[in-house]
Amino acid sequence: MTSQAELDKLIRSDYEAGFVSAVESDTLPPGLSEDVIRFISGKKGEPEWLLEWRLAAYHKWQQMPLPTWAHLKHPPVDFDEVSYYSAPKSMEDRPKSLDEVDPELLRTYEKLGIPLHEQEMLAGVAVDAVFDSVSVGTTFKAKLLEAGVIFCSISEAVHDYPDLIKQYLGSVVPQGDNFYAALNSAVFSDGSFVYIPKGVRCPMELSTYFRINEAKTGQFERTLIVADEGSYVSYLEGCTAPMRDENQLHAAVVELVALPGAQIKYSTVQNWYPGDENGKGGIYNFVTKRGVAHENSKISWTQVETGSAITWKYPSVILRGDNSVGEFYSVALTRHMQQADTGTKMIHLGKNTKSTIISKGISAGRSNNSYRGLVRISPRADNARNFTQCDSLLLGDTCGAHTFPYIESRNRSAMIEHEATTSKVSDDQLFLCRNRGIDPEKAVSMIVNGFCKEVFKELPMEFAVEAGKLLEVSLEGAVG
Amino acid sequence: MLEIKDLHASVAGEDILKGLSLTVKAGEVHAIMGPNGSGKSTLTNVLSGRDGYEITGGQALLEGRDVSELDPEERAHAGLFLAFQYPVEIPGVSNLEFLKASLEATRKAQGKEPWDAVTLLKKAREACKQVDLDPQFLKRGVNEGFSGGEKKRNEIMQMLLLEPKLALLDETDSGLDIDALQVVARGVNSLRSPERAIVLVTHYQRLLDYIVPDHVHVLAGGRIVKSGGKELALELEQKGYGWITGQPEGATA
Repeated sequence: MTSQAELDKLIRSDYEAGFVSAVESDTLPPGLSEDVIRFISGKKGEPEWLLEWRLAAYHKWQQMPLPTWAHLKHPPVDFDEVSYYSAPKSMEDRPKSLDEVDPELLRTYEKLGIPLHEQEMLAGVAVDAVFDSVSVGTTFKAKLLEAGVIFCSISEAVHDYPDLIKQYLGSVVPQGDNFYAALNSAVFSDGSFVYIPKGVRCPMELSTYFRINEAKTGQFERTLIVADEGSYVSYLEGCTAPMRDENQLHAAVVELVALPGAQIKYSTVQNWYPGDENGKGGIYNFVTKRGVAHENSKISWTQVETGSAITWKYPSVILRGDNSVGEFYSVALTRHMQQADTGTKMIHLGKNTKSTIISKGISAGRSNNSYRGLVRISPRADNARNFTQCDSLLLGDTCGAHTFPYIESRNRSAMIEHEATTSKVSDDQLFLCRNRGIDPEKAVSMIVNGFCKEVFKELPMEFAVEAGKLLEVSLEGAVG
Repeated sequence: MLEIKDLHASVAGEDILKGLSLTVKAGEVHAIMGPNGSGKSTLTNVLSGRDGYEITGGQALLEGRDVSELDPEERAHAGLFLAFQYPVEIPGVSNLEFLKASLEATRKAQGKEPWDAVTLLKKAREACKQVDLDPQFLKRGVNEGFSGGEKKRNEIMQMLLLEPKLALLDETDSGLDIDALQVVARGVNSLRSPERAIVLVTHYQRLLDYIVPDHVHVLAGGRIVKSGGKELALELEQKGYGWITGQPEGATA
């Protein structure tokens, strides 16, 4: 068999996480209006100021044009066709513990290999599981509270910690920041809130598993993490979604605030349904992720992106304080007809600020994978440094890899390095592996994992294993 | 062990092997020599199943099984090993990881007990020692940044662990200094046994001072044109290939 034929065979394998769980949902009819926003806000019992905040965002959004600059082609999203609220029916009497959680929901997680109970015991990970739009199980809360750490759904935080929410919500990504952020600000359903007090090292890794489950339901997660002075937190976000024919819209916003001397490590493994080999179905993922780093603080983004039909995502760091550090480590794998336009922005404002960008793009099938990154050095950012490395790996000859680096330096003392490579999994590498008895599928998975090693080593241990596994599962369908 | 009957093979539409016949029995070491372009590398590539090398006539049997019916990895599981002339780099995949995947797949296919991590590491270290390779190389990417000599020794190290029935060595001596050559030869010799066969493909007689073959064959124009004992190699060293191929050395390249 030729390697091209193998490639074709391997590219066509099914999405392992493709199934639909039968939890009843309480879904709003499609369409967006002030009334819908009032409904969402009312359903959550939100204070007046937050409703006003949502409405202000909605009015800004109405004035904004759809962004068209990304290297993405897709039919226009009909925002009137999207349903803006969906919650599991059991929401009225929210479960107090996992025992009260809908067993069907727990089985869903188990199918994904994410048994909550096991995780509680083995991994010591506190999980704020987001199923559709409402948090259904938060674990280890007590232990975290002991350390003074707040980890809860953003809806709860609105009630329990209004001052923190008022102070920081929208402080990093303002309501009118961009089209999708404005939409999210108007209709965000739920998400996570984390606060780490001064000098506290969060005693465990915080993790949220996302899962889009309701057909035609937009997911508008909102995450806010505030790390107070000298604190540390590692946050894990992971997601998969069931197989669906309709495109599902997702527009999340993540805001990180690292106060002086704080460190935030934010890791993502994203495995939403990518659509089939002809580009049918799949998630549209338009995400705004940004962090502000104050003096001597550090923000690291690590992402492993293997899912979604469309990915539009640029986790960024504003290096506001002197000596602050920003990092971005990314693996983006596209196959079938997937399109990814992803990268980062490092905005150097403070003196002696440092940023590192390592991006690994893997393209297979008829997919398109673009890296888009901005490094901006402001006039007063003396001695700013950036290192960027952008590597692309092509599998087969029907996919595309593109690199769009933007560098804007307004300070002569800046040091900016940019390296970029494009390579293919060579026939020679494949043949060496096969000659040593390794089948082509395993060989490619191994070669690609090697290509991604620099990024994987940045992931927390258990997540790195999961990422490797995810890549292998994706590659079963993606490569030869 | 290996029986090649009137083998014809082409690369990119060009006929390279034109009726090659060769029988290699278990326990034997064969050297295949010949001028550049005579088809030596084509032979090893055809036998191990590299893409683009097509058998157009005749057959090659590995322990009675027609190799053309086996995928490259199945040939490996059947006990075939090719030590490459130019071993390729696989960045980011450690040697040890690679060996683990290789040995797991191969031993499983051969119905042998898998090695646990401790055993694998112990055996791999021993194999490194046998070819004078620092065990630190196990942690490095496969051939990543290795010198030419290190790559060749890395191939032999893998061969020692895989214990193939039939080892094909494609110009393993090229680019090696005399010390490295002796190290490689020592490794290969340690594998000699009544159950195994080794086929050395080489341009020079030098290697055969250290790995003494039972049979020497001259390949020219896609066919074996002369066979003999180890003394044939010495004769070739003195006279060149011209007297056999009927052409001055180099003209067939």
